[in-house]
Amino acid sequence: MEQTIVSNSEDLAARFPQMVTADTRAGYEGYIVQPEHLVKFTKKLRDELGYDYLSSLTGVDYIEEGKFEIVYHLAKTTGGPGVVFKVKIPRDKPEVASITPIYRAAEFQEREVYDLFGVRFKNHPDLRRILTWEGFEGYPLRKDWKEPYYEEDAKPFKSRWPNGQVVRSEDNNPYNDNVQYPDGFDPEEWTYTGDELIYQALRRKHGLDSDMDTDQMIINLGPQHPSTHGVFRMVTLLEGETIIDLKPVFGYLHRNHEKIGERNTWLQNMPFTDRLDYISSMSNNFGYALAVEKLMGIKPPERAEYIRVMMAELTRIVSHLISIGFLGNDVGVFFTQVLYCLEERELILDIFEAVSGSRMMCNYFRFGGVARDLPEGVLDKVKDLVFNRLPRKIDDLDRYVTNNEIFKFRAQGVGVLTAEQAIQNGASGPILRASGVPYDLRRAAPYSIYDRFEFDVCTQEHGDTYDRYLVRLDEIRQSLRILQQVVRDIPDGPVQAGKPAYQVKVPPGEAYGRVEGPKGELGYYVVSQGKPNPYRYHVRAPSFINLTSLSDMCKGEKVADAVVILGSIDIVLGEVDR
Amino acid sequence: MEQESLNKPGYEIPPEIQQQVSVTTLDRVYNWCRRNSLWPMMFGLACCAIEMIAMAASRIDFSRFGMEVMRPSPRQADVMIVAGTVTKKMVPQIVRLYNQMPEPKYVIAMGACASGGGPFKEGYTVVSGIDRFLPVDVYIPGCPPTPQALMNGLIALQKKVDNEPIKGSRWYSKEPVPEIPVPVLGPDLMDPRNYDRIKAAGQQKAEDQAAPAEGQAVSEDGSENGSAAGQAEAGAAQVKAS
Repeated sequence: MEQTIVSNSEDLAARFPQMVTADTRAGYEGYIVQPEHLVKFTKKLRDELGYDYLSSLTGVDYIEEGKFEIVYHLAKTTGGPGVVFKVKIPRDKPEVASITPIYRAAEFQEREVYDLFGVRFKNHPDLRRILTWEGFEGYPLRKDWKEPYYEEDAKPFKSRWPNGQVVRSEDNNPYNDNVQYPDGFDPEEWTYTGDELIYQALRRKHGLDSDMDTDQMIINLGPQHPSTHGVFRMVTLLEGETIIDLKPVFGYLHRNHEKIGERNTWLQNMPFTDRLDYISSMSNNFGYALAVEKLMGIKPPERAEYIRVMMAELTRIVSHLISIGFLGNDVGVFFTQVLYCLEERELILDIFEAVSGSRMMCNYFRFGGVARDLPEGVLDKVKDLVFNRLPRKIDDLDRYVTNNEIFKFRAQGVGVLTAEQAIQNGASGPILRASGVPYDLRRAAPYSIYDRFEFDVCTQEHGDTYDRYLVRLDEIRQSLRILQQVVRDIPDGPVQAGKPAYQVKVPPGEAYGRVEGPKGELGYYVVSQGKPNPYRYHVRAPSFINLTSLSDMCKGEKVADAVVILGSIDIVLGEVDR
Repeated sequence: MEQESLNKPGYEIPPEIQQQVSVTTLDRVYNWCRRNSLWPMMFGLACCAIEMIAMAASRIDFSRFGMEVMRPSPRQADVMIVAGTVTKKMVPQIVRLYNQMPEPKYVIAMGACASGGGPFKEGYTVVSGIDRFLPVDVYIPGCPPTPQALMNGLIALQKKVDNEPIKGSRWYSKEPVPEIPVPVLGPDLMDPRNYDRIKAAGQQKAEDQAAPAEGQAVSEDGSENGSAAGQAEAGAAQVKAS
């Protein structure tokens, strides 16, 4: 696919010969940077070449070479191709400079690499475990680390069907026999220090670790809190009701997508992507299919492309409706707004159920197409929705909410994020656009057939909660516009390139596929070694990285506003924690 | 009035006073009241929570069954719907919430993950089912279960409530029901009921390392209700075997 974000317009290896070399492995792109020049090189990219947006940062464990590779994907918010570069560091001394001072978007992503690979980032402001907990034994994404239920390196497991009979894994695999406890470990002596570390870090940062009696106090919101949209926790440092500082705590829904994904075959990962951002499963499928198709070098037929766009846009409407509805809950319109939104959502879910057989977990996309054609009558239903019902209902919603005095009072000027902060923090999707940055992947680096449709990239300029709401409302309208063009132009024909196959052949190499999901830029970084399973499967989750901005937005606001701000970021914990 | 569930069968009531008079037992009238006001806890873990909300919304609307009062506080809730994947990091909180609920209390394991780990069972931070820690009353299959399936599960719970005698229920016994020990996050999730085994595994490893043979610590996750002792033996046997 030509929409690769890797720059080939300029040879960076020639421009910075002493720092970088081109990555010449077959199927790989980009550059390899000397670890000692990483910070200097990244600064040059940002300041001289205009790569102001860190899209993704992740690690790969090349155990046979004895190296970890940290992979950086950079892009420009002005659009155009991005650049990818890697740093190789030895496995026995995994240490590399942090680029968080250059791109704040790296903060959580570096913590994630530290958590899952054990790579230490020098000069990182707050290097703690992020998805697992303080005290967790081992680094799960290392190739030699085995999970408690470990059976084999790759699926399909032979042990599951010996002699044609199904065997449950716990029967022949005693629980947790891979859990490593330290020598002479005594559980009664053990104390869990994770929480205390956060509190200390907060106190120290604000000079409160003295014995002096102060008015500041630390309050936890979550993980079981009705306003956190799932199992998310915010540790807030308060003075009265004003938030001085805030630290998000993740991992309460860490479901090991990446480790399981590396054991699965390529296609087996498709249903797992559904469960990332479980409100918008079709977009998740889209991103993963794009990434793997890029590796395989195939292209879906026309009709499949149209169906894909149709499903992705319907998903966007569902996701934005839920976001707008629950924002009502957060500002105090308890369940009124949501009920209006969920009514429309049910109608769209009916379409999903008709095409894929499931309401939420659609698992509908395949490499080179979609699983099956639209059943009879679905297209008419979609037509009715996008031409008649939804535009009317969105106008209704607009009328109820947009000019509501109370809603305006709670949302305007709350949780302001400037454009510079948004770019620096790697925010994407409606958050970034509400801050006035017209960066939409459907325009900036068009994938699939988005270059054929007419639509506007919605932006607002204030970057507050109200603007994020407005952007979402506008995006629903633009999605409807795209959908109207889709149902008008959808051709007949096959929906799958070649024969559908359970086992696909994926040539060795790497690929980064990204789509503009409802929450923002959803990226999949996959590495193949020509085997039936991905060697590395990484998800660049938009909600996760959007949360980098949370503490910036909340500082100086009241506690009650933190709830509204979190609602306006629109997180889905399945994707945040993966 | 739902006369069928309230009246004790076998007593003829003349039709003209059927709306005013009911012949019943204390158990029946008590359970009839309880079953029609089961308040769930507003507690969503993952994907299933969205379907739980869909059940609360207009199309299914579980307020028809007296369940619409979702309480964010465990102290006001009767039913805990464990809606989603239970991770090791979340288990201490879930157990604590359960301990805070007043009795009688019920647990519904909604979806494949809460029932047995689901698609994420093989993951390293996923607990294979909440029933390793809490007593579960109703399991609902599906990934996620449709709102209808969840409704069906709640009706199954109502039927269960119908048949509970006041005498003999664990929450009306003289002895207070013991709290479930809250697990601790250590190198892995540690259930206080299995500390002996974890300790044995740690010591075994220390001994193994003293000896030249390479030892692998063997221990079990450990969180099976009740049968911990039996498993401990099995675990010890494995330690010897390795």
